[in-house]
Amino acid sequence: MSVALGSGRQPRPRWLRGGTAIGRALRPIAEAHGFARAMLWSGAALTAFFVVLAIFAPWLSPYGFDQYRSGKELFPQLAPPSARHLLGTNVQSTDVLAQVIWGARTELMVVALALLFALSLGVPLGLFAGYFGGIFDRVLVLLMDAMFAIPSLLLALVIAFLLGSSIASGVLVASLAITIIYVPQYFRVLRNHVASVREEPYVEAARALGARPLTILIRYIFFNVIQTVPVLATLNAADAILTLTGLGFLGYGVQPTQGAEWGYDISRAVADVASGIWWTALFPGLAIVLLVTGLTLLGEGLNETINPVLRQRATAKVEFEATTLEPGGP
Amino acid sequence: MPGAGISLKSYLLARVALVVPTVLILLTLVFVLMRVAPGNPVSAALGGHVPPAVIKQIARQLGYDRPLYVQYGVYLWHIVHGNFGITITDRRHVTRIIAVNGAATLELTVAAMLVALVVGIPGGLLTGRFRDRPIDAVGRLFGIVLYATPVFVLGLLAQIVFGSVLHWLPISGQASPLTEATLQAHTNILVIDAIIDRNWPALRDVLRHLVLPAATLGLVFAGVFLRLVRVNVIRTLKDDYIEAARARGVRERAVVYRHAFRNALVPVVTVIGLEIALLLSGAVLTETTFNWPGIGHELYIYLENRDYAAVQGIVIAFGLVVVFASLLIDFVNAFIDPRVRYQ
Repeated sequence: MSVALGSGRQPRPRWLRGGTAIGRALRPIAEAHGFARAMLWSGAALTAFFVVLAIFAPWLSPYGFDQYRSGKELFPQLAPPSARHLLGTNVQSTDVLAQVIWGARTELMVVALALLFALSLGVPLGLFAGYFGGIFDRVLVLLMDAMFAIPSLLLALVIAFLLGSSIASGVLVASLAITIIYVPQYFRVLRNHVASVREEPYVEAARALGARPLTILIRYIFFNVIQTVPVLATLNAADAILTLTGLGFLGYGVQPTQGAEWGYDISRAVADVASGIWWTALFPGLAIVLLVTGLTLLGEGLNETINPVLRQRATAKVEFEATTLEPGGP
Repeated sequence: MPGAGISLKSYLLARVALVVPTVLILLTLVFVLMRVAPGNPVSAALGGHVPPAVIKQIARQLGYDRPLYVQYGVYLWHIVHGNFGITITDRRHVTRIIAVNGAATLELTVAAMLVALVVGIPGGLLTGRFRDRPIDAVGRLFGIVLYATPVFVLGLLAQIVFGSVLHWLPISGQASPLTEATLQAHTNILVIDAIIDRNWPALRDVLRHLVLPAATLGLVFAGVFLRLVRVNVIRTLKDDYIEAARARGVRERAVVYRHAFRNALVPVVTVIGLEIALLLSGAVLTETTFNWPGIGHELYIYLENRDYAAVQGIVIAFGLVVVFASLLIDFVNAFIDPRVRYQ
């Protein structure tokens, strides 16, 4: 199989050229060019930035998220950005930069938990329903479609409202609320994909060879359909952050005593804006936009590189020799 | 089930039949959710404000002390007869709330959907046609960043710029107090009411109040339509019949406008259906930001007051709207796109 290179590029390292499984899997990403490549890498960079903020929050943040004094000295309330408080302080006298950094941790933690739960529920259910079909499949599809009918923020709101009174940890409440709205999505995508892959000749061949259903599921079908999951998960993560901040804006989910939450900060900042105080709303708002944009760019970039319908390969320019064609003969 | 030629009629019948179990599951889901919390709905809403003896009496009056399966039966019976319940905190019929506030939400969501389509579809057509050129990059980035901006952040920005700084547009409410006092409520959709009455000053006022909330909510979803139409234009432009048209000598412009664009727009109908649920979600946040008297705002207030009966009725209403809107969209789709029936 000949390998096409973009003009002026170094030949690709051996492990990417297709000998190994991981080389084959990663090749589309290496071959990405143009806008898809820009999206992929800028999205990855933005996301990585916030992941670093989240992981190293205790070291990066100058203060705690609910810290309103240092030692005996109280922080000023609604102070503009200064040397001591780089992004200013808010109405509760907490530092805005600290809120943004610790907020990154809250957002990513909740979303990671929610995705983990949703994938562990949605993927197996989708696999089994798609492959075995029957009444189990029909009932599940009906149930998931009914859940789709309730607008997602509303469902998350109601669940956060209900769980909030019995579960103490706001992070867990928010994660569960978000899990429940995303399980139907993973289920549906997986199930439909499995249902179509099930009819492929190679699966039929495996069945004819006498392979057990579980073997077929795991060895053939799972690895085939799992390709769609990273794109879906990344785009869902972007959506989940919007839902989480929406919940926070309305006052549900993570409570201010348990962690910094960007949506909640903005709801407190609404009153400030009328008095000309912009730093309490701008920075959390900017953080949300940047993180969600980063995740979306990453997801879209992955989609463009992996999805064969949209994929464009880098091609080398071919120079044709000048020829003259004589009429009447070759 | 794959088949060669299920007729349109049988597809429609099957699709309508599907509504019944979906609605039943939806109703059961909401019923179960509302009963999951400890205590009964009356004590949740009125506990602490009213003596325990009165709470018990109200609970018995409303039927919350009966066994669960009896409550479930009564609940279903009421819904079928169009009774979505009565709120506990202020004794309003939920159907009344839906009629009055639901109309406001309808006004907002329809206007927002219009904005989303008017901005998103041409944007998608342009970026798809000129793929990978600068206009594509700008358009897509625009769509992505817009969707990444939460509705309440965009709303806040809009309020600052157009309200506090420029003083061009009002930033809260559905109409000024004068208009609300003088306008007759026929349909409760103020734009239509103003037109029915030929009350042009009122129409102007109502439209001015509608601009910011509708634009905010609509712009967020414009990005979704832009991305969808773009992908479809790209896919369609790769098809064989396009290549055939070019080979026949049809000019590029005609190829693009007559053939590619029309076929690329077919899935838009489906996406409108999918977006209705999202729009209703967004409406809750928009209504809270702009103080719009819609049903989302009411839901928020009833949640604050822990009025389970109200929350139950409103969530059911939302769910039913989505179910029937999806049904309608599927009907329209089946007419436009024959492939749908062959699933």
